[in-house]
Amino acid sequence: MSTMTKPSYEVVIGLEVHAQLLTRSKMFCGCAATFGAAPNSQTCPVCQGMPGVLPVVNRRAVEFGIKTALAFDCRVNPACRFARKHYYYPDMPKNYQISQYEEPLAEDGLLEIEVDGTSRTIGIQRLHLEEDVGKLLHEGTLETAQASLVDYNRSGVPLMETVSKPDLRSPGEAAAYLRAFRAVLVYLGVCDGNMEEGSLRCDANVSLRPRGAAELGTKVEIKNMNSFRNVQRALEFEVERQAKALGAGERIVQETRLWDAERGYTRSMRSKEFAHDYRYFPEPDLVPLEISRAWVDAIRAGLPELPRARRQRFVTQYGLPPYDAGVLTQARALAEYHEQATAALKRAAPSLTLSQAAKSTSNWIMSELLHVLPADDEAAIREAKITPSRLAGLLKLIENGTISGKIAKDVFQKMFASGEDAQAIVAREGLVQVADESALAAVIDQVIAENPKALEDYRKGKTAAKGAFVGQIMKATQGKANPAMVNRLLEEKLSKI
Amino acid sequence: MPIHELTSAYRRGETTPTAATEAYLARIAKLDGELGAYLTVTREHALRAAADADARYRAGTPLGPLDGAPLAYKDVLCTRGVTTTCGSRMLERFVPPYDATVIARLAAAGAVMLGKGNMDEFAMGSSTEHSAFKPTRNPWDLARVPGGSSGGPAAAVAAGLAAGGLGTDTGGSIRQPAAFCGVVGLKPTYGRVSRYGLVAFGSSLDHIGPFARDVTDAALLLRAIAGADPRDSTCLPAPVPDYAAGLPQGLTGLRLGLPDEYFIDGMDPEIERAVRAAVDVVRGLGATVERVSLPATPHALATYYVIAPAEASSNLARYDGVKYGLRVPGARDLVEMSSRTRAAGFGAEVKRRIMLGTYVLSAGYHEAYYGRAQKVRTLVRRDFDAAFGRVDLIVAPMTPNVAFKHGEKEDPLAMYLNDVFAVPADMTGLPAISVPCGFSVQGLPIGLQFIGKALDEAGVLRAAYAYEQATPWHTRKPALP
Repeated sequence: MSTMTKPSYEVVIGLEVHAQLLTRSKMFCGCAATFGAAPNSQTCPVCQGMPGVLPVVNRRAVEFGIKTALAFDCRVNPACRFARKHYYYPDMPKNYQISQYEEPLAEDGLLEIEVDGTSRTIGIQRLHLEEDVGKLLHEGTLETAQASLVDYNRSGVPLMETVSKPDLRSPGEAAAYLRAFRAVLVYLGVCDGNMEEGSLRCDANVSLRPRGAAELGTKVEIKNMNSFRNVQRALEFEVERQAKALGAGERIVQETRLWDAERGYTRSMRSKEFAHDYRYFPEPDLVPLEISRAWVDAIRAGLPELPRARRQRFVTQYGLPPYDAGVLTQARALAEYHEQATAALKRAAPSLTLSQAAKSTSNWIMSELLHVLPADDEAAIREAKITPSRLAGLLKLIENGTISGKIAKDVFQKMFASGEDAQAIVAREGLVQVADESALAAVIDQVIAENPKALEDYRKGKTAAKGAFVGQIMKATQGKANPAMVNRLLEEKLSKI
Repeated sequence: MPIHELTSAYRRGETTPTAATEAYLARIAKLDGELGAYLTVTREHALRAAADADARYRAGTPLGPLDGAPLAYKDVLCTRGVTTTCGSRMLERFVPPYDATVIARLAAAGAVMLGKGNMDEFAMGSSTEHSAFKPTRNPWDLARVPGGSSGGPAAAVAAGLAAGGLGTDTGGSIRQPAAFCGVVGLKPTYGRVSRYGLVAFGSSLDHIGPFARDVTDAALLLRAIAGADPRDSTCLPAPVPDYAAGLPQGLTGLRLGLPDEYFIDGMDPEIERAVRAAVDVVRGLGATVERVSLPATPHALATYYVIAPAEASSNLARYDGVKYGLRVPGARDLVEMSSRTRAAGFGAEVKRRIMLGTYVLSAGYHEAYYGRAQKVRTLVRRDFDAAFGRVDLIVAPMTPNVAFKHGEKEDPLAMYLNDVFAVPADMTGLPAISVPCGFSVQGLPIGLQFIGKALDEAGVLRAAYAYEQATPWHTRKPALP
């Protein structure tokens, strides 16, 4: 193979995201849809697919679907209907899944993503509703299991499937799409976005084509990616695999591959040559769903502020740099945390401008809070022991000179662990800044006296020796010395020597 | 004795629900061995319900016109705690944890369940010879079929083994056995009665309706079971009129249409004679009768045999040995368990329709068969809409022949033809009734059909009642011991 003829490939990725809707009950019955209950404790004849039962559409799930569609600028169809999708699997009680096929809830939307400072608009092809299936538990491994048990708790849980257009051009873009997508869902309150618990599941279609080609290459579907990181890793692996194969003159087989996160590769699950014939037909047990303009308008009127709008507002209202605004608005809980902390700080330290307060909280959130909590862990951020008002309390102590920034970092850690107020920790541990000139002067005298070598260096013109003095002074005061005062006093002393 | 006479007797204290129930149970014990109308007799259940009804009559607080009425329910309707087999080995031991809405409503009206009626497996058939357990025999001639698929409850009502009952009609399965057994059978408008708890055959075609000794009882039973149900979103929210109160309005001024296409070649001449005579009676009662044309009729049956199997193949996919009902042991893996279970659990007719339905829904054939069938269905509907622009009701024969002999129609297609007059009302969801309108020279019942506009059960019942009151056919009883 000559490197001269080696074509350069363009990556084409489309994502199908399944989001579990945060409704109280299931898609077609009144059973609870909460995660983690005892097996089969949240089931009824309907979600078990017993003979004779009928589905009834959960209105709230439809509303959530419309809400999401509007957030992505989709066209909400005035009428949609459900269809049956047939295939045999023991976790599916009816052996067909009620989904939407030819007439989905919404179509033709878009999602703006940002990768490396450039923004791109990704098309959304369709958004539809369907029911989840149950879960098989094998005694042992699938191959050797002596028995398999079925848990139907998840069966009938409402899912919203959103299919992107094949507009994504790199694994990084795919991950960015998923993050932005998730943020919108969580902002809307329609999904908790928890990938580990399966509330958000993602399948990807990946293909490569020679750069500049209009036709799509043979696509491979990848399943089983249960974190943002895994989505990116799996796609990177798959792109590499396909590029190698194409480079070696091989043909890509259309198939479904599973991502093995432990071993870090994708492996073939089933070939599309045995692709299912789903025998779709309109679900006769449900009448077509008519969606009135008035309903859509009412839902539109109730839409919350979405990530992009909020990012804009953070820049204009708080004067934050766009980078900060982007980080802070990537998740709803985080953005709310920032706004609450900023407001609290502004109240506690009125001399600060809103912009100063906002930047101060932003710095602390980005460097400290996000160091210990993932930005997208909504629950963790909402339940963090260091609440927005406590963070503001800490920042106020820095602002009024009670403690140094360095001490504040230790206090932050303690607050994060215990949930105590900054004030209480500072008082108990005697962390108040030493700002008593005579006390500090004594320390400085002592340090100078104990370090004749450094003094000698200083006299010879080595200004770096001054830094050594400062370090010693801070050490002697356990970091509590007011740095500005130390600098001024030290300067005075040294100039007199 | 019809239900309305029986409950009058209760009120007058001439008899009690328990006495009547015991009499029916005794008759079942005596005759059903030969007749095969029941798959399950719920003796204890019935006597408990009857005793409760006794107490209400004693206290002078009966729940209504059905309180204490002993009924037979087709075994396709789920009954809590009582085996519901659908006439299939697949569900031989299936005990539903819930009641169908119709069952719950009748229980709330004080009705007494005598048992579960025999049927063609999963309601597929026109003879009740396809029950996995035993055939039902026609009370008028034990060598003949009672019709199907609701042959059990139809025969039970005809033979006096129940005062009334419930059947289901997907392609004529209430009206055809009613015609064969000489009783009244009513198929309401699609959506008039909740399907919740009816084990599905063809979901867009399945209807639940009453079997009765006379039209008054059919009206009473329909009123009790009709009306919206939050568990069935295809159920219509229209209010339920007092059908029985509207019966005696007569036929004066009513316009009836006689469709040309319902008098076909190969039709039993005795039936044509009886139906034409019935039309004369109706005219004599003050109705006008004119010819109407329903040109899509010849295609209705063919399209029915695309749509019904398609839906059936989907509805029956859940019987896989995983969750309930039959599981054939000894399979090495899931696919084998499922396919062996289905091979053993379903009878030939059911398998035939599952295969047909799977085929017509499969990729590449979906549009050619299922898609086109739905279009023809629309044409059938338009025919009726056009006819109902001119007439109030359609009057027509119910079946092309009288009850045939067991084993006589071995060719499935010959059997399917039996439902040619019944299917259009199922395809369009229009209400239709069969009332007795004569007997063949061999003494076999003949049925007359009235088809109404959507939700016009009242009109259908009113015409049938006027005809019934003017003729003696409903008073005849089969010569049983």
